Amino acid sequence: MSYSPSDDIIAVQRGPEPGGLGGAYRAFGATLRGLRTTLGRLAEKPTTIEYPEEKTPVYPRFRGRHKLQTFEDSGLEKCVGCSLCVAACPAECIRVVAAENTPENQVSAGERYAAVYEINMSRCIFCGYCEIACPFDAITMGNDFELADYERSDLIFTKEMLLADSIERTPLRREGE
Amino acid sequence: MTLLAQGEAPVVEGALVQIIKAIVIFAVVLQVVPLILLFERKLLGRFQQRYGPNRVGPFGLLQPLADVLKLLSKEASTPATAVPWMMAIAPAISIVCAVATLAIIPFGPQGAWGGDLGLYGIDVPIGLLYFFAFGSLSFYALMLGGWASGSKYSFLGSMRSAAQLISYEVAIGLSLLGVAMTAGSLSFVDIVEAQGSSGRGIWFVVPQFVGFLIFLVAGFAETARAPFDLPEGDAEIVGGYNTEFGGMRFGSYFMAEYIEMIIISGVATACFLGGWHGPGPEALAPLWVILKMFAFLVLFIWVRATLPRLRYDQLMSFGWKILLPLATLNVLVTAIVLVAF
Repeated sequence: MSYSPSDDIIAVQRGPEPGGLGGAYRAFGATLRGLRTTLGRLAEKPTTIEYPEEKTPVYPRFRGRHKLQTFEDSGLEKCVGCSLCVAACPAECIRVVAAENTPENQVSAGERYAAVYEINMSRCIFCGYCEIACPFDAITMGNDFELADYERSDLIFTKEMLLADSIERTPLRREGE
Repeated sequence: MTLLAQGEAPVVEGALVQIIKAIVIFAVVLQVVPLILLFERKLLGRFQQRYGPNRVGPFGLLQPLADVLKLLSKEASTPATAVPWMMAIAPAISIVCAVATLAIIPFGPQGAWGGDLGLYGIDVPIGLLYFFAFGSLSFYALMLGGWASGSKYSFLGSMRSAAQLISYEVAIGLSLLGVAMTAGSLSFVDIVEAQGSSGRGIWFVVPQFVGFLIFLVAGFAETARAPFDLPEGDAEIVGGYNTEFGGMRFGSYFMAEYIEMIIISGVATACFLGGWHGPGPEALAPLWVILKMFAFLVLFIWVRATLPRLRYDQLMSFGWKILLPLATLNVLVTAIVLVAF
């Protein structure tokens, strides 16, 4: 099939020319329609979620504040201080110092444990790579997002803070909701 | 009806009554402005499916108080290139003109509350001219303010305001001319009387419907309200003529704008919606005026929630090419009808 330049011409539906008396008349009609539309919104309930009092539930996959896990039966920490999370972290916000477990001081289930486990929350980008890198599911991402604080130093979460449950629970959406 | 040609002067009360009336009108309106501000923000919120201010006090009722306190605590700064004394008087001119116009808004007939007390500041026989005179004076405030700021954005903003006000002043004048011809007087009290049973017995919104529409549209432009709020087109010129003003200087510009909104509502009520006429005893007259003015205020807010801002050339061509010919035609037709019938 040979090419003809008219094949490229697409017919466009154009509105009436603006301006003039016709334009003014149409603008008047459009204005009235607009007024009716906004009046309809007046009858509806505001869609505002008044945040500090009401919270939007988050999805289970939502990545919020980290949590260090322990075994439910023995109470031992899952973290063995391998520092894989430190290696995976793109923001370089995790610091781990490992120490040997001794029979008197058995902290974790493995040979070693994390003597220091700190996450700098002001640097963390909540990518969840630490969670993926962890071979023992020791570090997981929770659902809490209200982490604001007055001091930068308060945003460096220590091991005790990461082991503890969050004080206020973030509402969670159920599956399929 | 007062016939001006015969030089009949309207009844004037004693000086003390005049002063008390002036103070009452001044005090009440200045207290009402923050309430209108709150009402506007609340209603605008509802139009946009949100709550509006609801944090300060119960239902956000203390919000205007917080706003005013904020303004009072701000510094009234002056740019280095500005003319300080002009910057000081410009907002004052604006608010004086706005408050002075309030005097002629009629809230009730003479003797509605006993005696020969007229429920209006003053019944000037040239009421409409008075309204236009102070309307025109008030844009000296905008021009001076914008020019004295020594800032390009303020200057552009004041130029826009001036051009807009001048364009729409013509249309608003012609739209009220039809009313003045039908009533046979320029006095607002007489115009309202002419709409009662002693006059033509019909609200002028019916015979002057086109005039009413023109007055409404031009009134939106005169008060620089949406969709004609170009002088404060924040996206292009920051904040218009009041950009460089801070503290209560900005506050007085802002307040004058809202008082002007009240004035336009009052003039529209008096000229088109029958002023104080309504069912019930005559003592209820101010109630009807206030209700009708309130309806206009709601309309102002409703339109603001609906229409986007016009482009500058659209504003100009609308004012000169559509509104002005239409207003002239309206005056001509009114004149012909009045003479012929």
